[in-house]
Amino acid sequence: MNREDNCATALATISKDAEIEINGTRIKLNEDIEIGHKITLKDLKKGDLILKYGEIIGIAIIDIKAGDWIHTHNIKSHYLEKIKND
Amino acid sequence: MTEEFMGFPRPKGQVGIRNKIVILPSVVCVNHVAQQIAKKVENSVAITHPLGCGQFGHDFNYTIKTLAGLATNPNVFGVIVIGLGCENLTSKKLARQIKRAKKPVEFYDVQEINGGTIGAIEKGVEIGKKMREESAELKREPFDFSNLILGLECGGSDSISGITANPAVGIVSDKIVSLGGTSILPEFTEWIGTEHLLMKRAVDQNVADKIHSVMNSFLDSTMKIGIDFRGVQPTPGNIAGGLTTIEEKSLGTIAKAGKVPIQGVLEYSEAPKKKGLWLMFEPGLDVESMTGLAAAGAQVIIMTTGRGSPTGNPVSPVIKICGNPKTCDWMKCNIDVDASSIITENKSVDDIAQILGKKLIDVCNGEQTQAEVLGFEDIAIWRVMNFPFSAFKI
Repeated sequence: MNREDNCATALATISKDAEIEINGTRIKLNEDIEIGHKITLKDLKKGDLILKYGEIIGIAIIDIKAGDWIHTHNIKSHYLEKIKND
Repeated sequence: MTEEFMGFPRPKGQVGIRNKIVILPSVVCVNHVAQQIAKKVENSVAITHPLGCGQFGHDFNYTIKTLAGLATNPNVFGVIVIGLGCENLTSKKLARQIKRAKKPVEFYDVQEINGGTIGAIEKGVEIGKKMREESAELKREPFDFSNLILGLECGGSDSISGITANPAVGIVSDKIVSLGGTSILPEFTEWIGTEHLLMKRAVDQNVADKIHSVMNSFLDSTMKIGIDFRGVQPTPGNIAGGLTTIEEKSLGTIAKAGKVPIQGVLEYSEAPKKKGLWLMFEPGLDVESMTGLAAAGAQVIIMTTGRGSPTGNPVSPVIKICGNPKTCDWMKCNIDVDASSIITENKSVDDIAQILGKKLIDVCNGEQTQAEVLGFEDIAIWRVMNFPFSAFKI
């Protein structure tokens, strides 16, 4: 959605090992990705922020590899986290 | 997008895109009377509702404001208000509010008619037919888009709405505002997590503070009665569809409001005070939202839907845009703009925004939306709780 994003949303269901090209970078999917779900575009460390629309949509709770599916198992709300810490 | 549409001139400089006669019951008890009249008067609509009596405080005020707002929407030529005669919200009180718009208004109570509801229906049909004759003499004239208020709605969203239909609506909304028009984004429960972005877009510090304070006071007061709205979203269905966090869902929602500055925050059913993009404080059931938008004066509403929502509005046409290929196929009769080619044919959001912009002009010029063709005319009015829940504990 935005050049700064480090994740992308699947517009169709894509199988594991398929290679996709986004903004000139080729990425191999590490698992099957359902339509509407997201993959990471680069390796992320625990605590890294996830960007979609060029805005923060969450924070990594474990290290994530490029091409991994990202969802509730490996990222969480950054907004709710901030409120908890305020 | 051409820069004009053909509308109906109204008193006080307003412009309508429809020319309706509204049959408005002031209380639930006479819904049937209104419905029977509307069946016999061409181009009329009965705005039925379950309210008008046994209400008080803010809740009652919102009902009055909303019913009067619907009747004074620029798409309405004239109004017949029907009361029973013993209710809180009398036909006279409601008619007085509507008269401020300087359009034809008639009112009467069923209990004052010798002949009961049958007599009341006959009387309404007679007044309605006369009003219809007057309205039919009015012709469409060209107007620019500074006369238009656009409502931005979503319902039955899925995980791809936020990257297909919603940003396309954002482009069209920005275009309307750039032509001097007005847009309203309701549903504050779906801004949660994006307050900082909305505040950054506020025209001044006062508006930014207002966005912050209305969100916080709502979240704080609902916490006190044991509801944490921040934990409600995204829903299990959203999560199954791929949305992970509340801020991700809200970013998709506010994409409908494009990128232009925010002029202020409106109360439910409150008309914008000037042109540009406005937020409306309203909790997010789509039929309730659209009722509030139409009551605020929106002549047309664009609603994005992923899973497929058929809803409409009695006074403002609702244009449905959908990005989900299956919904566009299975619910074809309910969708006006098919945005699924973003997925199936690699079309861009800009391509779809162009198609949507053209549809918007066609609808302003008189083309019926699918919800109009199929007769979806329901309203729902936001009920404001007067008591904390603990007051009801037995």
